[in-house]
Amino acid sequence: MKEQAETAALKNDETDHVASRTLRIALAQIDPRLGDIEHNLELHLDQIEKAKGQQADLIVFPELSLTGYFLRDMVPDVAMEVESVAIKAILEAAGPMSVVGGFVEESARHRFYNVAFFAEAGQMAHVHRKVYLPTYGLFDEQRYFAAGNQIRAFDTQRFGRVGLLICEDFWHLSALAIMQAEEVDLLICAANSPARGVGKGKIQTAETYRNLAETYAQLLGAVVVVVNRVGFEDGLCFWGNSRLVGPEGTTIAEGPLLDESLEVVEVDRVALRRQRLIAPLARDERLLLTIEELKRIKRQRYET
Amino acid sequence: MKPEIEAVDLSIDGELVTNILCRFLQNEIHRAGFQKVVLGLSGGIDSSVVTYLAVRALGAENVLTVTMPYKTSSEATRVDSQTIVEALSVPTLDVPITEQVDAYFARFPDATRLRLANKCARERMTILYDQSAASEGLVLGTSNKSELLLGYGTQFGDMASAINPIGDLYKTQLYQLAETLGIPESIRSKKPTGDLWVGQTDEEELGFSYAEVDRLLLLMVDRRWRRPELIEFGFDESLVDRAIALVRRNHYKRRMPVIAKLSFRTMDRDFRYARDWGT
Repeated sequence: MKEQAETAALKNDETDHVASRTLRIALAQIDPRLGDIEHNLELHLDQIEKAKGQQADLIVFPELSLTGYFLRDMVPDVAMEVESVAIKAILEAAGPMSVVGGFVEESARHRFYNVAFFAEAGQMAHVHRKVYLPTYGLFDEQRYFAAGNQIRAFDTQRFGRVGLLICEDFWHLSALAIMQAEEVDLLICAANSPARGVGKGKIQTAETYRNLAETYAQLLGAVVVVVNRVGFEDGLCFWGNSRLVGPEGTTIAEGPLLDESLEVVEVDRVALRRQRLIAPLARDERLLLTIEELKRIKRQRYET
Repeated sequence: MKPEIEAVDLSIDGELVTNILCRFLQNEIHRAGFQKVVLGLSGGIDSSVVTYLAVRALGAENVLTVTMPYKTSSEATRVDSQTIVEALSVPTLDVPITEQVDAYFARFPDATRLRLANKCARERMTILYDQSAASEGLVLGTSNKSELLLGYGTQFGDMASAINPIGDLYKTQLYQLAETLGIPESIRSKKPTGDLWVGQTDEEELGFSYAEVDRLLLLMVDRRWRRPELIEFGFDESLVDRAIALVRRNHYKRRMPVIAKLSFRTMDRDFRYARDWGT
């Protein structure tokens, strides 16, 4: 009985939203200055002006776009609340254009989160706290940040259902499974990925990101946007090469390797419809089966 | 070298690496508030690559090369340095170190060859740092990854620098990069030498070739292979053990001096900021 209700609830969960047919998305591949919010805010306002000039509906900045990445003990010094002056200035400048950006959020309990936000028509629509904080190799994020504990999509006025992830989140299949269950139309990943591996004509990390973005787009039947920063911090080279992938899994536009850029890309929602007819993967997902199997694993791993 | 070892791929994309390293130099030098760099030029592959990169990144007028021969330095060292200087039309300064080094060792006539080599390296360091102040240029490092791992360098001597563009490239990879950069064949084909004494070569002194040890280090350090896996793969047991011991024994050279912890925040332990802090 309970399961029937659950199934019915799931069936009714398909949200209908008004969405424009074409969208212009700006990929702002910037080089933020480490710990310098004032400078980085100017960078945001400048890019927003340029994107507006190109009639963008949405501008996407990389991870920690207001602060830079390798902050370490500077984390508490650059942290701000969601209702901060800098964020307000960005939303005001964007006007009707939607914005994705990143900063360090200090919570009321004084925890520090690596967050990305999605703002629409001057209002904060969603704040994602990075869940997977890499703490291996050159990364040390768990030392400085608290981990988010939600991965959720949200409905937007113009883009349908949107999912927002930050860098390492994008490498976890569970996050993508949730996004598929959410049936997102647009998945955005804000990244700060440093280059590693320089053999044979490509940066290995850039290649992996390309593979992930193209595969996910195809599996989700959604537009996937990855925006990665450029520039250097203590010898780390951020490689840029931001990317917009269509729902059939091919790259529609990409930013250059290593250089700052602002790519404005138009996507047509009709491509989403076609792809979902060709491969209705989200429709055919056996969500309850997945949940039951995960519950079984949970029982076996944590309760025996 | 056994074929399976030779097949370990150390290749790099020379253009891509040049592109990243030139940007790295521009970025790290300019953000530190400098326009210029200073480096010691020996005519070997390492300092030649760094000179070529610096000239490409900053323009020859912003690069000062300093040659610092000791009385036993070879003629080849002088000729090869000259070749680089002429090829790039890069400013150069010759500061021989024989007088001051010999004045010091007149008091310690029984000093070993190693002490002399270390003293020469540190003498050169003090000259580079003085020229750094004189010319308002940052000192560029020329130690490669093979040397840094094996500890084949003098702490606070040739290992001292403000910025090192080649410290994550193995010696074997530097030869590839040298080719991309168009460094003359005469420099690329000569045997690596620190020119520490007459006829000295790195590989004879170390007892193994860079081509082989670089492949071993790549698997051991970068790909995390364990000792038995390396031996099973075909590396000589004594080479593996020697490399493991050198990497471990020389780790102190790659670190800041150890500070006795007393307070709640101690430099480099729990007082952690990027070096690019505030830039």
